[in-house]
Amino acid sequence: MRDPIAKKVADMKPSGIRKFFDIVSEMKDAISLGVGEPDFDTPWHIRDEGIYSLEKGRTFYTSNSGLMELRREICSYTGRHYNVRYDAAKEVLITVGGSEAIDIGLRAMLEPGDEVIIPQPSYVSYEPCAVMAGGVPVIVNLKEENEFRLTAEELEAVITPKTKVLILPFPNNPTGAIMEREDLEAIREVILKHDLIVMSDEIYAELSYKEEHVSIASLPGMKERTILINGFSKAFAMTGWRLGYACGPENIISQMTKIHQYCIMCAPTNSQYAAIEALKHGDRDVEEMREAYNERRRFLMHEFKRIGLKCFEPYGAFYVFPSIKEFGMTSDEFAVKLLESKKVAGVPGTAFGDCGEGFLRISYAYSIENLKIALERIEEFITELRA
Amino acid sequence: MNEITELRMKILKAIEHDGRVNLGELAIRLGVDETDVANEMADMEKEGVICGYQTLIDWDKTDTQIVTALIEVRVTPQRGQGFDVIAERIYKYSEVDSVYLISGGFDLMVIMEGRTLKEVSSFVTDKLSALDSVLSCATHFIMRKYKVNGTILAKKYEDERMLITP
Repeated sequence: MRDPIAKKVADMKPSGIRKFFDIVSEMKDAISLGVGEPDFDTPWHIRDEGIYSLEKGRTFYTSNSGLMELRREICSYTGRHYNVRYDAAKEVLITVGGSEAIDIGLRAMLEPGDEVIIPQPSYVSYEPCAVMAGGVPVIVNLKEENEFRLTAEELEAVITPKTKVLILPFPNNPTGAIMEREDLEAIREVILKHDLIVMSDEIYAELSYKEEHVSIASLPGMKERTILINGFSKAFAMTGWRLGYACGPENIISQMTKIHQYCIMCAPTNSQYAAIEALKHGDRDVEEMREAYNERRRFLMHEFKRIGLKCFEPYGAFYVFPSIKEFGMTSDEFAVKLLESKKVAGVPGTAFGDCGEGFLRISYAYSIENLKIALERIEEFITELRA
Repeated sequence: MNEITELRMKILKAIEHDGRVNLGELAIRLGVDETDVANEMADMEKEGVICGYQTLIDWDKTDTQIVTALIEVRVTPQRGQGFDVIAERIYKYSEVDSVYLISGGFDLMVIMEGRTLKEVSSFVTDKLSALDSVLSCATHFIMRKYKVNGTILAKKYEDERMLITP
């Protein structure tokens, strides 16, 4: 029989997370610090609205772009929080998670051979999505000494005549790094100079602990060349509802909507109704969750300092990214050993790009009690290694 | 909110659900000095903002029988003193757990605990109803406590998330 698989799919590397997941699943009663989703349940009033929409029999399709009321709420939200104003009728598309927006955004923009700049360490799907869309990923290895922020020099250094899109994944998974206003202003000049399109994945925007998140789309001249991606998963603890959105210039959003219409039709209807409630009445929930994450973040940073584990202070998302270089092991070796000897699971930094080597992603989407137990075990582990 | 009020609010929110929190740890979580937390707590205790530290017990899970009753009491307010005097006469009984002044169809909500139904009913008939200003009592026995002071007693939820996700 002929080989049924397309070469570009066969060539796609399985996610490094997957491999580690299989090892962890074998292990009974391991404490995991490996989860990339909130430990909170979706706030009840939001869930209730989802249930109500089912009770009312709202089990139909919505328009391809998503419910108008939800798009309006999104526009009011981006206006009030990030000072970027979009037209609900033409500049917003509701997607199945931020992930779909990444995929169809790249597919809508890339010609074969177009280069996509992807700063790493970062979320696992940018690179394969860029490849599947016919693009050529160009990786920028972010540096710990820059707190894993993207600098103008780093960006400038990888730009070629073929560069078309810059992916901007901040606040960042897995490092927890953020880009503050002056960081964004610095790269803005490079972006304008080389006429790049920005795909700004701001799914963790609400989880910023230093200053209120700044969207690159709010800087002068940027809105018309930025696809802003956000969603409900992290801010409102709604991962399983699979709901995200893309905002951007009409010419890009309308083409993305075409792809979305043919492969998805529309995002889940009852999730959309729940999301309206989230945006209308969820500000307090977000604030409470953010405060809880921030307490855990401070606690972890304090503990790392106490046990002498080197880690830059991250101000976003719910991850810390300590360096394990002093132990002379690869991230994989360290993570597997930590799991086997102390039953604590972190994710090797290499799952998020080669430059994650020497780091471990620790999620703090866990209760303080859980974090304490895990930290005790990590302390034992590294004390034994140092002995 | 000024800084002190903000710190106080954060402390109160934390200890409202965990009265046993370690002050050093709380200070780390809030990103402030431990002495500041200790001082604010001492001040709030003095000012009566913090009225006590209690333990939430699900007696149903012990061998001890405890009956909780919620009693709606209608009373005649007294000239010049409103409900305060009668409320005091009621809350001084050690059997009485909580007393609230309520708007609506009755006046005082009394929550009490006893070992048996009989103990509760004899308190209501012999003590409570016998008070001069009490016009009527309607006693409701609590059959099951699902959630108390923000804590769900009914069941524990397991973390069902996958162990590793991107």
